[in-house]
Amino acid sequence: MYPSRFRYEAPRSLDEAIDLLRMGGDEAKVLAGGQSLVPLMKLRFASPELIVDINNLPGLDYHRADPDGTIRVGALCRHADLEHSALLPGTQPTMAAAAPLIADPIVRNRGTLVGSLCHADPQGDWASVVMALGGHIVAQGPGGRRTIPIADFVTGPFQNVLDPDEIAVEAVIPAPKGTPAGGYLKLERRVGDFATVGVAVAVETLGPNVIRAGIALTGVGGSTIAATAAGEALVGKPLTAQTIEQAAGLAAEVARPRTDHRGSAEFKRHIVRTFVVRILSRADTTAERAA
Amino acid sequence: MTVVYEDHDDQAASDVPVRRIRFTINGSRKIAEVEPRLLLAHLIRQGLGLTGTHTGCDTTNCGACTVLVDGRAVKSCTMLAVQVDGREITTVEGLATASELHPLQEGFKEEHGLQCGFCTPGMMMAAKALLDSNPDPTEEDVRWALSGNLCRCTGYQNIVKSVLWAAEKLRS
Repeated sequence: MYPSRFRYEAPRSLDEAIDLLRMGGDEAKVLAGGQSLVPLMKLRFASPELIVDINNLPGLDYHRADPDGTIRVGALCRHADLEHSALLPGTQPTMAAAAPLIADPIVRNRGTLVGSLCHADPQGDWASVVMALGGHIVAQGPGGRRTIPIADFVTGPFQNVLDPDEIAVEAVIPAPKGTPAGGYLKLERRVGDFATVGVAVAVETLGPNVIRAGIALTGVGGSTIAATAAGEALVGKPLTAQTIEQAAGLAAEVARPRTDHRGSAEFKRHIVRTFVVRILSRADTTAERAA
Repeated sequence: MTVVYEDHDDQAASDVPVRRIRFTINGSRKIAEVEPRLLLAHLIRQGLGLTGTHTGCDTTNCGACTVLVDGRAVKSCTMLAVQVDGREITTVEGLATASELHPLQEGFKEEHGLQCGFCTPGMMMAAKALLDSNPDPTEEDVRWALSGNLCRCTGYQNIVKSVLWAAEKLRS
């Protein structure tokens, strides 16, 4: 399979890349990891006239924490960089849990978190993780930079709010105000398949109580689902068997799964509940909960 | 090097975009003129005649086309040939020397790690990337590292044994 013919540019600076995109208009496409775009082009679902390959742009392959704990992931940071990160396990457990579950090991060597968010596949794993964490995207265009909350960034399946001449340069996870805990669990038929169900949970605790909680779901609706009520139900309370069960129930309620070859709607809803309980039970580090 | 393309449209030949790239493959430096839409797997197979790299699914699932680019395993059906400009590629043909098999190849022979053989080059290259970074992997490490490579013969048991055999040989 060959993609249809396109013009290829590999700029050396962000300004040059943005200029190229401006000239290319709607027919231009940014190529980062290419692990979604190239297959789409081969199947001719996408036939851009101009590919702007940003892989040669310097200084975008980072992921780092600011002094205040804000985590920044550059546009060329690969899933594998996050999987093998020395930073994430101690600071950001939800991201650390998700990174090894993205696609398969070889795809993770190329694919990027930022690219995955831009691709906006309704079954993408990172969108749920970043949504649970309340993250945002930094986009750069001819007029400078702007910050877009992830909930506003994705407008529909495979659609985002970027202007044709804007590049998503960074994903930002805000600094936690309490002790971060949480995780990502994914049920898949085999490595590399889309999630049958994915659940992202990010909580912050101060003393015994939860002060912030985000829960988001993958694969159980037409898009990433923010289980807002489930998260809010935990705030101001300690993680106990009761509060965890309540949040899990609320999360399962907002799931909109469909019966398909991956499982029945009922089964998927059950898995949402189970995963929320499982992640939050592990997140409970206060050891006050009766066994 | 010459790459001959299928011609299915009416575009004037002079309008077809072509780029000149320079890269190293299995230790040997090359210059090629490629259409940007040429996939790395096709450059390797058709352009260079290195048919050890297999294209199985063509949809980024099976991993039969796995090669190393600057030491990292990639699925060569999902990377454009123009993107290897300035980079170093290793294919399965780069494993053996003129006189000796690579321990991975020996391992697949000793432990019967191949049945039909189609997935084998990709398995070996994914295993090479693993052993380069982790010389003493557990069975779990090997299974994890090969989870992006499919064997339709389902010969995983012996593939894993072969990689562990190679790891031990490389350590000794």
